Amino acid sequence: MSTASQPTALIKTEVLYSGLFILGLIAPFAIYPTFLMKLFCFALFASAFNLLLGFAGLLSFGHAAFLGTAGYVCGLMVRDVGVTPEIGILAGTVCAGLLGWVFGILAIRRTGIYFAMITLALAQMVYFVVLQIKATGGEDGLQGVPRGHLFGLIDLSDNIAMYYLVYAVFSIGFFIIYRTIHSPFGQILKAIRENEPRAISLGYDVNKFKLMAFVISASLAGLAGATKTLIFQLASLSDVHWHTSGEVVLMTLLGGLGTILGPAVGSATIVTLQNELADKVGSWVTVIMGTIFVVCVLAFRRGIVGEIQALIQRAGIR
Amino acid sequence: MEIFGVPSALLGSQLLVGLINGSFYAVLSLGLAIIFGLLNIINFAHGAQYMMGAFIAWLALTKLNINYWVALIAAPVLVGLFGVILERTMLRKLYKLDHLYGLLLTFGLALIIEGIFRDQFGISGESYEVPEALAGGVNLGFMFLPIYRAWVIVASLTVCFGTWYMIEKTRLGAYLRAGTENSQIVQALGINVPLLITFTYGYGVALAAFAGVLAAPIFQVNPLMGSNLIIVVFAVVVIGGMGSILGSIVTGIGLGLIEGLTRVFYPEASAVVVFVIMVIVLLLRPAGLFGKAA
Repeated sequence: MSTASQPTALIKTEVLYSGLFILGLIAPFAIYPTFLMKLFCFALFASAFNLLLGFAGLLSFGHAAFLGTAGYVCGLMVRDVGVTPEIGILAGTVCAGLLGWVFGILAIRRTGIYFAMITLALAQMVYFVVLQIKATGGEDGLQGVPRGHLFGLIDLSDNIAMYYLVYAVFSIGFFIIYRTIHSPFGQILKAIRENEPRAISLGYDVNKFKLMAFVISASLAGLAGATKTLIFQLASLSDVHWHTSGEVVLMTLLGGLGTILGPAVGSATIVTLQNELADKVGSWVTVIMGTIFVVCVLAFRRGIVGEIQALIQRAGIR
Repeated sequence: MEIFGVPSALLGSQLLVGLINGSFYAVLSLGLAIIFGLLNIINFAHGAQYMMGAFIAWLALTKLNINYWVALIAAPVLVGLFGVILERTMLRKLYKLDHLYGLLLTFGLALIIEGIFRDQFGISGESYEVPEALAGGVNLGFMFLPIYRAWVIVASLTVCFGTWYMIEKTRLGAYLRAGTENSQIVQALGINVPLLITFTYGYGVALAAFAGVLAAPIFQVNPLMGSNLIIVVFAVVVIGGMGSILGSIVTGIGLGLIEGLTRVFYPEASAVVVFVIMVIVLLLRPAGLFGKAA
């Protein structure tokens, strides 16, 4: 890209993001808010996951643990301790971050495929713990979580109020990810992804950066999970199941690995698909998800947003 | 008779269950290790292929009246051929890419296979009769030993050591080991490496199906039987490291026994004990018990 075209490209991105932001503000008047809220939760979840895989090159196959744990913590805090929703969300996020720190310390001791297997195994351990301890309600999950009043003032049982809270949470989370990627820290992550030995030889403490990225990603996944519990007023066992970990990988891959908007686009596609298909095809949903996975890996590795970007670039060169 | 305040019959039967689980861990992690050695791919579909083995045996018995012994050979062959097709049509295209894509592809395949079986057979599970020749049991004085369970252990160990012998002592095994070290040079020496890779994947997958047939009379034949097992096997592989064939066998059986002991002394932890050991091993010996430092 030449220096002259850079400012215009920057303005274009700004216009794009502002347009999308305004669209999000008016969306609940056109589309069923609960569906939108679910979509934003998964979009944030997938974006947090992408920060790790797309920008640091670390494949975590256990991200459901962060989503689920934060969901349970938030649910317990709001329902049984009686705190306001924002404290519940905060508590869930912090717990997910701490769990991410523990996972991170263990998993970064190995790389590549082992990293994925370790995170998967650790997440499975969390699943069994959640299944067995009494506080989480075992197979029934945590039910009857009240949405409560935000800051003790705004009644969240109103779907529109809840929507704007979710939208605010998503926007903040997305902004954090955007800033992280575009900061010097994000650049170092990319350097580690591209060539780890070189990053080490340049004097960077690679493990420290990986761990930081892991904690940020886990916290934001937790933020999504805690918010999700408030929306649906329950935390369920499926949130910590490895299927959910797999789903977030699929969303990111389909949308475009390592692109900023990709995970959001991918999760929107998958959530919509699941909503549409659930009644019609029953257990074939898994087969369809698996097929999308296979097709993405074999023939569509850039994902939706990645393909669009490539098209734009090709058009620009001509 | 009591040992550490636990009735010996209980201790014995749980150790036996542990040994059986350990044999399955050993066969499955061995297959994963062989595939990983040559293809650099973690076969996430391993659990689904194990489940396919069990289902083929069950279908053969109930629909076609084909007995256990035929199924024990036929199911691994069929699933192995299925693996060969997967390797030729899909996996082959990914060798030049990041290894993670292999994991993702096989994960997708596992979802497809499991979804189809779930749609066809539900999740309630089917039971498979123990073959007549292996029915009944022996009273060992301190515990009752069902013959089929003893057979499972013997059969898995035989297959494990047979595989070890083939890899360490035969010419084919030598090609395989050389291919694991440096496949380009092996190819330059005139050996058909792509064929070797296809064979290896097929063999690893066949091992999974073999374990599946062995498991059919013990566990419920259920579309989800593989996915829960495979995550534990991943932990086993992380603990043992995939560098050594004997290492995977020993680690698999050892962890099965530890799991069995945990079930006696602290049953609540039996589901997570393998993962806890994984954590400890990662802290003390990050490369795994038998692994080479990366």
